[in-house]
Formats: sequence, C-alpha cells, structure tokens
Amino acid sequence: MEKNKYKDLVTKHTPKENRLLNAFIAFGIGGMLGVIGELLRTFYAYILDIPKQDAGVFMTTTLIFIGCLLTCFGFFDKWVNFARCGLIIPITGFAHSMQSAALDYRREGFVTGLGSNMLKLAGSVIIYGIISAYIFGIVRFLIFGGNV
Amino acid sequence: MTFKYKNVYLNETATIAGPYEQLGPLAHTYDKTYDNLYFGKKTFEQAESKLIEESVDLLLYKVKKVKSEIDLHIGGDLLNQLTATNYASRTIGIPLLGIYSACASSVEGLIIGSNMLEAGQIKNFIMTVSSHNASAEKQFRYPVEYGGPKRVTSTFTCTGGCSAYLSYNRCGVKVESATVGVVKDMGVSDTYHMGAVMAPAASYVIKKHLDETKREIDYYDLVLTGDLGIYGVKILKDMMQTDYQIKMNNLEDAGTLIFDYEKTKDVHAGGSGPACLPLVAFGDIFNKMQKGELKKVLLVATGALMSPTFVNQKLSIPSIAHAISLEALI
Repeated sequence: MEKNKYKDLVTKHTPKENRLLNAFIAFGIGGMLGVIGELLRTFYAYILDIPKQDAGVFMTTTLIFIGCLLTCFGFFDKWVNFARCGLIIPITGFAHSMQSAALDYRREGFVTGLGSNMLKLAGSVIIYGIISAYIFGIVRFLIFGGNV
Repeated sequence: MTFKYKNVYLNETATIAGPYEQLGPLAHTYDKTYDNLYFGKKTFEQAESKLIEESVDLLLYKVKKVKSEIDLHIGGDLLNQLTATNYASRTIGIPLLGIYSACASSVEGLIIGSNMLEAGQIKNFIMTVSSHNASAEKQFRYPVEYGGPKRVTSTFTCTGGCSAYLSYNRCGVKVESATVGVVKDMGVSDTYHMGAVMAPAASYVIKKHLDETKREIDYYDLVLTGDLGIYGVKILKDMMQTDYQIKMNNLEDAGTLIFDYEKTKDVHAGGSGPACLPLVAFGDIFNKMQKGELKKVLLVATGALMSPTFVNQKLSIPSIAHAISLEALI
C-alpha cells in the first residue's frame, strides 16, 4: 500500500475530536478560574488591605501554590486532562508542568535531577515569554513612546 | 524469514501485573498483582526492575528449577539501555542476552531462544519482558503527574513483568513456527496514534507468515496482535482486506482485552508496551491452550520503534512486528 493511500485509510478509522465541546469546556473552566482569581484579588485588596498592585501578585502566588499542591496530591492531572486549555493556559498550567516534572526527578539529585529537569516543559514558556515581552515592549516603545 | 520448530515447547509462564490491569477483565489470569506502581521500591524504574526479578523467581518456583539449571536468559524492556532488564539480571545471574524491538521484544526473545533450542545449543531458556506505565511515560512522553490532554487514539502502557520457560521437554504448548518481520514506515509521525504506526508492520508479517507456511488465515483459531488498540485493529483489518483480500475474523488485540474501559477510562484506545501481549498470551491464552479450548494461535507482537529525538527531528515513526505460532498439545 502506498503512503498516500495509507494516510486516507488511517484518517477513515480515526475518530474526530469534538473541538467545539473541548473549547466550550476550556472556556467555562478557564473563565471560572478567572473569576476565582478576581475574587481572590478583591479579597486581598479590600479585606486584607494589601495595595492593589501587590494584591495581583498575591493572587497569582496563591493560584500557583494551589496548582502545585493539587499536583502533588495526584489528581490534578485528571482535572487538566478534562479541562484541557481551561487549566493549562492560566498560571495553574505553568505551576502544574513544573511541579509534575519536579516530582518525576525528585530522586535523581538536587542538581542533576530537580534543578536540570524542573523546567523541562515550562522552560520554553519562560524563554518565549521573555522574548515576546521584549519584542512587544519594543513595538510599544516605537509606537507610543516610553510614557504610556 | 520463517523458522519451523520440531522440538520447542513453552512449558511454563509467570505474569505479574499492576494496579490498572488488576481492575481489568483478565485479572484472575495473572499470577500476582500489585495495588500501586511502586511495588515497595523508591522509583518507578527500580519498580520495573523488581517486576522482572519477581516474575523470574515465580517462574523458577513453578518449574521447580534453580537459576544454575537455566542456560540462557533473554530479556527486553522499554527503558533506555534496557536498564530494567540489566539491573534485574544482577540478582538473576543467568547468562543474559538483552534485546530491543520495543513492544515486539517478547516474540523476538521467544524466536531467538527457540532457534538456539532447536539447534541444540541450549537445553532450556527463560524469556522476560517488562513495561511500567509511569517509567515509560516519564521517558517517552510527559512527566507522570502532568495531565497534558491525550487523544482517544492514544494507548496506555501496561504495567507488568512476564516471563516464560521454554525447553525441549514436551509439555505446555508447542512452539510451531515463527516469522521475523521487517521495519515498516508508512510516514505516520503521530505519537498519539501508535496503532496507525504499527498496523503496516503487523499486516506485513501476517501475510509473510501465511505465504511462507502456505496457510490460510482460518488455519488459526486466534490471531492475537500485541498493542494496536481499538483503532489500530480497525486499520489492520481494512489493510488486510484491501491489500491481500484476507478477512481477519479471528483477530483479537491484547491491548483491547487487558483493561476495563468502564473502570479505567484514561486508557483510551487500549494497552501497549512489551508486557501487554504476554500479559494476555502467557495468562489467559496459555491456560486455554493447555485445556485445549484453543488449538492454534498466532501471536503477532507489534512494536513502534519510537524515539523522542527522531520525532523532534521531524522523522516519522518506524515499526516492526514478529509472529510466532503456538499449538496446543491436546
């Protein structure tokens, strides 16, 4: 059988993913997470009297902590598997990817295991996050000048 | 390449399975099962090694032999540098040949040993394979606890350690013939669709076996493939029909038999891994053949020769399959 024909045969027997449903679930859960984040920020800012800008950092840290903790408990991967981008795109996904890699390599030494493998998945997020921050920063500077 | 054997018998087997497999429909056919993936060890890799050691101990206990009475140990697993097998062999201590054909290692091991037995070079040998869900995930895919979305076509690596004892003593099941497959690559590079990767290799080796033994497919009561999964089986059936006009009515896939899809939903398309085929073949099928419920069985172990490095370099995934024909003595 030729490769082209085989490709058609494979497509014929491969079920289609329900992208609309996946997107809907991700939208719902991601949105809910956003609401939780906002509630947390409000809680920190108005109840605990933390300055507004710092409250955002507190909120992020709280979500990261919860993501890491639930990953360690061993059931967060099932949630992520269900919610997909709803939990991967927010900061919880970042925490989850670092924590799960750390768990995998925890017995292989602090430097050779934990240190060098923790960013296995998250590393590219950081690298391209920083690069794109630079690029957009320059673009912003060129268009609006330094004082927006 | 097909070999015929006159005097090779699969005398005894031992199977140990993990937590997901013990929820499956074949749980009663395993010799031993474990509730968690660590098996009392600190890491998943060491746990996999322990599976091999234990299955060999169990096997030798069953055949009433000591280690010094075994001529050869042929073993394979999925870990880099065959770590699980090599480290287990430190305590097993039988002359070792380590082999790798990914998930087709079990049948490859049986073929190599059977040829030596037939030639009279050895009087007996043991063959072991193992796979471990978490250690394989860690090596080939993402960290174990990472919940990256998986597609319905992805398979789930079985956790198990399986071993078999073969000799020229006439008991158990007869090893009748075997066909060595070739590496096939049909351009599939989807690591979440291993069934599509391996189906061409399986179809080639089945056809080759039938041609070289001059048999029809109905000669076998059962053709048991290794780990094609639900969708891989469909592809193989279609391929055999369109390419060779062979209707595979007697085809079963070990990967689709091993799990309970209701209790363990995250197995998706079915089981995979070197231990997948032996967990079914050395337990359930071996028992049925000894009782005479199945007379002639063709085991087709399928292996996706996937390397994360080559996949990242945008190469497609090659696959290989080996076939071995077993016959009941009664």
